[in-house]
Amino acid sequence: MRKASPGSLRRAFQPWDDTNAKPIIEFRGVTKRFGAVTAVCDVSLSLYPREFFALLGPSGCGKTTLMRMLAGFETPDEGQILLDGVDITAVPPHLRPVNMMFQSYALFPHLSVADNIAYGLKREGLPRAEIARRVEEMLALVKLDGLGRRKPDQLSGGQRQRVALARALAKRPKLLLLDEPMAALDRKLREATQFELMDLQSKLGTTFMVVTHDQDEAMTMSDRMAVMDQGRLVQIGPPDVIYEAPANRYVAEFVGDINILEGRVASIEGDLVKVETGITGTVELDEERPTLAIGAPVLIGLRPEKIELSHDEPAGDLNKVAGEIWDIGYLGDVTMVQVMVGGDQGQLLKVALTNRTRRAARPFAWEDQVWLSWDVEAGLVLPP
Amino acid sequence: MKRLGPGLILALVVGFAFLYLPILALVAYSFNASRLVTVWGGFSTHWYGSLLSNQPLLDAAWLSVRLAFVSATLAAGLGTLAALALVRHGRFQGRLLFSGMVLAPLVMPEVITGLSLLLLFVAADVERGFWTVTIAHATFGLGFACIVVQARLAGFDRSLEEAARDLGATPLVTFWTVTLPLIWPAVAAAWMLAFTLSLDDLVIASFTTGPGATTLPMRLYSAIRLGVSPEINAACTLMIGAVALAVISASLLLKRRQVAGS
Repeated sequence: MRKASPGSLRRAFQPWDDTNAKPIIEFRGVTKRFGAVTAVCDVSLSLYPREFFALLGPSGCGKTTLMRMLAGFETPDEGQILLDGVDITAVPPHLRPVNMMFQSYALFPHLSVADNIAYGLKREGLPRAEIARRVEEMLALVKLDGLGRRKPDQLSGGQRQRVALARALAKRPKLLLLDEPMAALDRKLREATQFELMDLQSKLGTTFMVVTHDQDEAMTMSDRMAVMDQGRLVQIGPPDVIYEAPANRYVAEFVGDINILEGRVASIEGDLVKVETGITGTVELDEERPTLAIGAPVLIGLRPEKIELSHDEPAGDLNKVAGEIWDIGYLGDVTMVQVMVGGDQGQLLKVALTNRTRRAARPFAWEDQVWLSWDVEAGLVLPP
Repeated sequence: MKRLGPGLILALVVGFAFLYLPILALVAYSFNASRLVTVWGGFSTHWYGSLLSNQPLLDAAWLSVRLAFVSATLAAGLGTLAALALVRHGRFQGRLLFSGMVLAPLVMPEVITGLSLLLLFVAADVERGFWTVTIAHATFGLGFACIVVQARLAGFDRSLEEAARDLGATPLVTFWTVTLPLIWPAVAAAWMLAFTLSLDDLVIASFTTGPGATTLPMRLYSAIRLGVSPEINAACTLMIGAVALAVISASLLLKRRQVAGS
């Protein structure tokens, strides 16, 4: 569904910008400590109905703890968690209309696939016929028709993941939590599964919250994502905003590749900010953030794919700097070139070249003297 | 396969002979036609027949089986609960003391266990008999049961229980529908072990029993003091059979556990 829809339609779904939208989940100042370690620190966050939300961060950043608090396996030390406006902080896991897909899938090995899916429905005390109907429906939904009588150990990894998904969705939860859902799948299967999961989510309209350390996964699937660091939410926003306008150096470096230049603000003329860096000279940036002061130390972030590489000095009003190629990494679709600018004691900048043509000989070689150039809109200013 | 040298084979044969020859002799002589225990008088199942008409021995055997059944059930149940407490509830206060107390009867000399229980029963003015022996046997069977179940729980994926909770199961329902079905081979093995231990215990039973509650090992022991009869050989052979069956089933159950756990 979403595959076919143009990007503009997708952008139309922005309940977080609508002041009248009612969140389905609300964290209010939630803190969780384990002994001396603060796993989650003063997190406030709202999820909206039908949203596909991703929680991204390195291992140990508290994202799993945050999700386990939502499922009810951990109790916050401070703050509240609200579901549809009702405080569920003290509600035990079995009474929450929230289901979770576990990273290990946690399929019951002594039960068949159908009984695994039926487990939650039986706890609800649904009539037999209704359970059987729902199990069939779920098996069809995850394309496992006819495998209901197998035991989990007779399935492949991908099939097991689908059973776990079907089991978690069978109770029609208001919110589905997915803990590293793709971690156990190989790369090809992972990509296909990501799109299937997105399809499924838009078909069912269930709110999804996925926890992952894989930025590609988070960016591909989510409407909105949050980047976590040491128990705190650093930035929340749609994937393109996180990538193109990261809040600070941590987010900029965690999501994607970036070159960071240190400098001081030299002048501000309207939107045009000039920053003096020791290595590249004056850099001009189109910057909307008005909080900069002249002389203040700032960081410039520059994504590798936004830099042009050429042998001759480029003409025109661009930011440009000369350098020498130190390293070339061929990745197939792109080539990563490391260029030393500002002399031998300068700084290595990464430049990504898209390999558009099939050619054995590449235009750039080790130790070439080259020019780097970029548009005024390419760089971004980050707080130091 | 590594081949053993002649010296090692000899040591092995002597070792096994030392362990099992007496038992083999006992089994063989239970089929002896002669009344004299040490003289072979041809093959006969006569003594098994006469065993069936030895009412005191049969009574003792029936008592021992009932006693072993009840005490093994108590031991397996309580041992499972103790193992759950030790594995599931982390570092609760007094955990070390608790695990020490549960496992102490394993290393405590039987005489001391028996004597202390006897003193307890006397002091509490409990009439000694079937139930006092049952309690005594459950006490030391519990330690073995706890160890067996604990090993199984240690390799248990906790997210299975969390998944059950997440899907709407209360803690109790989670235990019955997920935990117990997955650990039952260990619980059954623990039961078999406790059953066997109770069936062949002489020392603790002697201390804690009272008039009218004579277990099979006690009956056999007192009979031997009047001279070994082939009938006793027959009774012992049956007991060896029962114990061997229980131990083999227990080890098969535990093997099954490993296969299921892998």
